Amino acid sequence: MEPIAIVSIFVLAVFVGFEVVSKVSSTLHTPLMSGANAIHGVILVGAIIVADHASTNLELGLAVAAIVLATINMVGGFVVTDRMLEMFKGKKK
Amino acid sequence: MSRGLYDLIGLAAGVAFILALKGLSHPRTARRGNLIGAFGATLATLVVFFYASPESTLPLNNLGWILGAIFVGLAIGVPAARKVQMTQMPQLVALFNGVGGGAAALVAIVEYLRLGDEATTAEVIFTVFTVIVGCVSFSGSIITFMKLQELMTTRPVIFPAGRFIIAATLVSVIGVGGWVVSALGTTPLLVLAGLSLLFGVLFVLPVGGADVPIVISLLNAFTGLTVAASGYVLDSVLLIIAGTLVGASGTILTRLMAEAMGRSLFGTLFGAFTAKPQAASDSAEERPVRSGSPDDVAILLNYARRVVIVPGFGLAVAQAQHTVRELADLMISKGIDVAYGIHPVAGRMPGHMNVLLAEANVPYDQLEEMDEINPTFSQTDVAIVIGANDVVNPAAENTPGCPIYGMPILQVANAANVIFLKRSMRPGFAGIENELLYDPKTMLLFGDAKASLTKVVSALKAL
Repeated sequence: MEPIAIVSIFVLAVFVGFEVVSKVSSTLHTPLMSGANAIHGVILVGAIIVADHASTNLELGLAVAAIVLATINMVGGFVVTDRMLEMFKGKKK
Repeated sequence: MSRGLYDLIGLAAGVAFILALKGLSHPRTARRGNLIGAFGATLATLVVFFYASPESTLPLNNLGWILGAIFVGLAIGVPAARKVQMTQMPQLVALFNGVGGGAAALVAIVEYLRLGDEATTAEVIFTVFTVIVGCVSFSGSIITFMKLQELMTTRPVIFPAGRFIIAATLVSVIGVGGWVVSALGTTPLLVLAGLSLLFGVLFVLPVGGADVPIVISLLNAFTGLTVAASGYVLDSVLLIIAGTLVGASGTILTRLMAEAMGRSLFGTLFGAFTAKPQAASDSAEERPVRSGSPDDVAILLNYARRVVIVPGFGLAVAQAQHTVRELADLMISKGIDVAYGIHPVAGRMPGHMNVLLAEANVPYDQLEEMDEINPTFSQTDVAIVIGANDVVNPAAENTPGCPIYGMPILQVANAANVIFLKRSMRPGFAGIENELLYDPKTMLLFGDAKASLTKVVSALKAL
């Protein structure tokens, strides 16, 4: 991909990231952190790609370890966030 | 599947992540937001199996290994997230963040091994960045996990010449990073990974217990950036978008959390470098305190007009949220004005107490934030502090130089009477003595918060 395209995506994503969370109440700090934490679990996609590319046993072993860790991060992250938020249900602000 | 369609679905997942973060910022939409995020992540993962990159064919190579590894990850992650107790949620989040950072570092290492000499300089630089930051995030998160789980001391760990060792490690990390870029090769990269792991440990050790949540949030943002850098190396728009979003929002969130605690981010991270280890209070055990019985507490409450309950981590440990609600309901039925004073960082993470009390169906309008409740303490007859310490410690206001100095506190000292429910005279998470415990208007009720509260409830019913 063109470097300028990558830089554009990066800069715009930075601003969107700043903007979406700028007015969050302290009550939601923990679930928000946990949800963002789960989102970076999409490194799983990267781990699958390198496992596909792996040509030596070392590469495959490391890639498989990465898949395990990334899956824990992603799935565990969303589940634990949901459990936190479950406790807010039925509460009216 | 064509590259165009693949990227388009990646974009859809990216949009899902933006909506997820947006949703998570408001109480009403938070749960839906999280589900949208999970949907985006699932979509992004599924689509990889149907796209053959120029270097590969479908089905993916090593498909059995890939699916097996995902299954193992599910088998570990889901039960851990399901079964964890509310009190241990913060350390689980730290752990999940750490393994994410570790995964990003591993991905970068594998891709580096594969590319070998074909890697462009830009790719090598991004690889070096990912390995450094991913490893720091991994080992740093493990240390925060150990601190929160109390597998190690929660106090700042400061060793002689610590700041020079840390600075020297950082310089070596950067130096070896430069070596990898200029010389290439596997050995320099592994040395880099090792040094970065060491740096992560050294970086987090001096952080005091109460500041750990801020560090978790910062490491979370770091991991996001490593994912973005991996996205560059792997030519994945989705990873760039998702990683950058987390990096940017995580940075803002870290700052917001630091502000909620009245700390500068810089002070949190580097304050411990300059702090002196706390001199152990030699007279602590011998000074007189006034301890009372559940009956004494019940009598005090029975004749109060206004009572403020200040919950802390001890409430979470004892799982006493239902009992505390029972007590509050009983007092309200006796015509006593009851409110909960919620410190933004009471417990181990911001919002911890709100989550816990929401579980016990405490009405939202009884929860008051620090700025609302502080002016009312002077009209409050009794403040009940349940398993909280640092967030009501007047040292934060009147002892310059102590680790929590400058943190806004709940000014329970202004109430006519203060009751502390504590397990022991042990100081709070930050490891600082609380003068308020020795104040003549303070009464201490020792024991497990749930057991103590149950006794107070029955004593109050009997009155």
